[in-house]
Amino acid sequence: MTTALFYLFAALLIGSALFVVLNRNPMYSVVALVFGFANLAGIYFLLEAYFIGALQVLVYAGAIMVLFLFVVMLLDVKPDKPRRGLVHLDRWWFAILVVLFLGLLLGIVPGAVRLITSVPAGHEADIGNVERVGQALFTSYLLPFEVAALLLTVALIGTVFLAKRKI
Amino acid sequence: MIDMFELLAIIIKVLVVFAGTLVGIMIMTLAERRVAGFIQYRLGPNRVGFGGMLQPIADGLKFFSKEDVIPGQANRPLFLLAPLAVMIPALMTFAVIPFGAPMEIAGRVVKLQVADINIGLLYILALTSIGVYGLVLAGWSAGSKYPQLGGLRSSAQLISYELAMGLAIIGVIMISGGLTLNQIIAYQQETGWNIWKQPIAAFIFLITIYAETNRLPFDLTEAEQELVGGYHTEYSAFKFAMFFLSEYANMITAAAFMVCLFFGGWDVPFIDEAALGGWGVLLSVASFLGKTAFFLFLYILVRWTLPRFRYDQLMRLGWKFLLPLALLNVFLTGLVLAVKG
Amino acid sequence: MTWLDINSTLPELIILATALLLLMLEVLSTPPRNSFIWVALAGMGLSLASVLGTPLSGNYYGNMIALSTFTRFIDVITIALVMCTFLFSAPYLRRTLEERGEYYALILFAAVGMMLMAKAHDLTMTFLGLELLSVPLYILAGFYRNRISSNEASIKYLLLGAFSTGFFLFGIALIYGSIGSTNYDIIQQAIVNGQELSRGLTLAGFALLLIGFAFKVALAPFHMYAPDVYQGAPTAITAFLSTGPKVAAFAALLKLVIVVFAVTTRHWWGVMWLLSVLTMTVGNVTALVQDNLKRMLAFSGVAHAGYLAIGILVGTSDGAFGLLFYLAIYSVTTLVAFGLVALVEREQEDGLEVSSYRGLAQKNPFIAAAFALALLSLAGFPPTAGFTAKFFVFNSAVEAGYIWLVIIAVINSLISVYYYLRPVVAMYMREPEDDRRVTLPPITVPALVLLVLVALGLGIMPFTLVQSGVSAAASLF
Repeated sequence: MTTALFYLFAALLIGSALFVVLNRNPMYSVVALVFGFANLAGIYFLLEAYFIGALQVLVYAGAIMVLFLFVVMLLDVKPDKPRRGLVHLDRWWFAILVVLFLGLLLGIVPGAVRLITSVPAGHEADIGNVERVGQALFTSYLLPFEVAALLLTVALIGTVFLAKRKI
Repeated sequence: MIDMFELLAIIIKVLVVFAGTLVGIMIMTLAERRVAGFIQYRLGPNRVGFGGMLQPIADGLKFFSKEDVIPGQANRPLFLLAPLAVMIPALMTFAVIPFGAPMEIAGRVVKLQVADINIGLLYILALTSIGVYGLVLAGWSAGSKYPQLGGLRSSAQLISYELAMGLAIIGVIMISGGLTLNQIIAYQQETGWNIWKQPIAAFIFLITIYAETNRLPFDLTEAEQELVGGYHTEYSAFKFAMFFLSEYANMITAAAFMVCLFFGGWDVPFIDEAALGGWGVLLSVASFLGKTAFFLFLYILVRWTLPRFRYDQLMRLGWKFLLPLALLNVFLTGLVLAVKG
Repeated sequence: MTWLDINSTLPELIILATALLLLMLEVLSTPPRNSFIWVALAGMGLSLASVLGTPLSGNYYGNMIALSTFTRFIDVITIALVMCTFLFSAPYLRRTLEERGEYYALILFAAVGMMLMAKAHDLTMTFLGLELLSVPLYILAGFYRNRISSNEASIKYLLLGAFSTGFFLFGIALIYGSIGSTNYDIIQQAIVNGQELSRGLTLAGFALLLIGFAFKVALAPFHMYAPDVYQGAPTAITAFLSTGPKVAAFAALLKLVIVVFAVTTRHWWGVMWLLSVLTMTVGNVTALVQDNLKRMLAFSGVAHAGYLAIGILVGTSDGAFGLLFYLAIYSVTTLVAFGLVALVEREQEDGLEVSSYRGLAQKNPFIAAAFALALLSLAGFPPTAGFTAKFFVFNSAVEAGYIWLVIIAVINSLISVYYYLRPVVAMYMREPEDDRRVTLPPITVPALVLLVLVALGLGIMPFTLVQSGVSAAASLF
């Protein structure tokens, strides 16, 4: 059951990710990306990392992607027109990137396969739970946690500064 | 492997909650108009059935039989997706809300709650935030300007008030030490309702749920005088009904959520429900329904008595008053907890 | 966490407190805000005192950061750069009536990012430091939001920066996947003992990290953004933009390479070699045809990144020392050069062409002399420190056996002389075209003194910096 669900979520995730990249309407891309995040959250739930899964939905799907949608809506981006001609520069870049990506994949795949096969079947029951995440954040990851908070503050100041001089 | 008993229990609970929500919605649509009539010194719908009791069913039939119009300029796939994107989260949210004390059947304890997941609160927040998509997509895909304005307003409003709402809930989580509603209710049974300990949070939460459900005084997304009907202007027939139903479903969930967080959930003060057996369960369900009904009534009362906020006032209230207040509440709660040890 | 941990980040905390104070002052005060610069400078001064006053070393915050002579060296450079930026900013901001607390505060935040990047002993900290450095710069590049070129600079920098951040993060993810930790020590141990899931995965991760770093330091072919961004950003910001990220990113990369990835050098030295050659050649050749001073200095910055990459490639303690020495000299010289460009610049981004510098020596001999000194040092003429720095780096490369690399680098240095000398010739050997006065605000004098001390003083007597540079480099090994 869990395995079947995993493959279902994974297939949907990859499918929606491909759709995000391949279709020409940015609005559909955003919706597909949200759908992809939901599937990713599903995989987290299957791994019993409920907290991470909920955050995935809450933060990425619920907050960040809404802003994406907002921007795409406001900019009124029109669907991309397919480009004609073989000698178009884009295609060469595309070819180069594909080769590079395949090279990267070749580097990664053996390790990834070993990663999948080497992980023991059982895992700690409370991993990814609120308590565990909280404890890690406030002990071993205290400094990164605080710096991340600082980073958000800076981003906030910057946004207000650039967008609205007078409040 | 799940045994048959649990499977059956879950199916029954799902059906009960689903039907209960729908019945609640029906009652609400009627109550809304009857109360409005009462407030405005007129009758309201009173012809279908005894005192208008069957009016919601008549409305439902009407929605089914009307012509379903899809505007020519609409983006068809998204236009069809939007009502679903609103409806599904709205109906799923209630799943984690416990609506009564645990029941004992044939020697086994059954929780009166569809799913007891250990991050129940986050589940509700996550689904609420997903609900925004339906509104935004509905507004955009219709391809006309009023819905688009409504969609923009709603997404900005929901995002803004979600923050204050989340921070208000954090105060409750801090004192009760759990992310599931069961833990929070159990905590309130032991030490008294949270409204006494987290009055600021309750106040913020009460305001934000009005904004989150797009109800007056924050119904900017469908302000009739400005936007015709807001994001669902171009929708008709059953698709319109789906928006309509979701709005009421969200109200019911929000009211129930309010009850669970601050008013003890199904708890009846000074009575030990567990000791009373079956009657205790019944009493707890009744208590839960009664409290929820009170907040739903408050919704209607507010709608027909308060004027609408202006958009900038809404934003100012959210960002400059509620958000700092909620942060202050988190800080004070933390301080008190730290001092107590 | 103990008080010792807090103590270890005292310089950063002081800077942060100053930044927050400035933000509050901005809210509470009314223009003109002429006193903000003094608050900012005072904060940096205090921070410098705490850097020099608390010589801690060791790992803090549960191995998140590691302090050593090396990090103190970078701290001091950072503080010097930021203070110089402030000195050049004040007249620039006053002229455009945009003196605001956020401006200083954002630079201060960036400074904290720089310092944390050098101290990072964990990839999460490296990443956060990098972001804390970058985000304020994205904003500052678009500081004049009514200028379309400023907006362009900001959006270009943000989009490409975010893209490179993606590579960086993905690299961290791959390394974590291969080793199961982001801690430098643990990664290093795993690589030495061969405990990774696969060497390919680790190296792919490192390659992606390298892309992230290459973007920040503008190594070709990841330098495309640099000229446009440097040109569009307010000149005082460009000064910081062309030096701050380079110092921090090269410092972090050096630490990462030496502490973690030194044993895998045989896998990636070719890439680094190519990047270095490509960068210096592209930078120098393109700079030849630039007429706009900001663009020219931007390409010069690209070229120098190529020389600096040699220091990374060499990987010996000599190489590390050469890199640190070069970083110190390059950053101060370039910053002051840009600062002087900001002084000569007129409203509406006018007066940036080489022709505007004609006869500057007659108009204002101090500015002309300082600018000439900075350019000569960047070109690497003998008595200046630029020559000494190049000598140290090239020498370490020769000792490590990279003969051809050094030959190419020397040829490149010769090419660069042409474009560095063009403004000098214009300033000293041409008659002024107009009678516009160019004044030297008294507040910038300390920065010029620093330039003379660094570019000329260290060129003639490099011993003081050599000593601290050597011990800083040694503390990495």
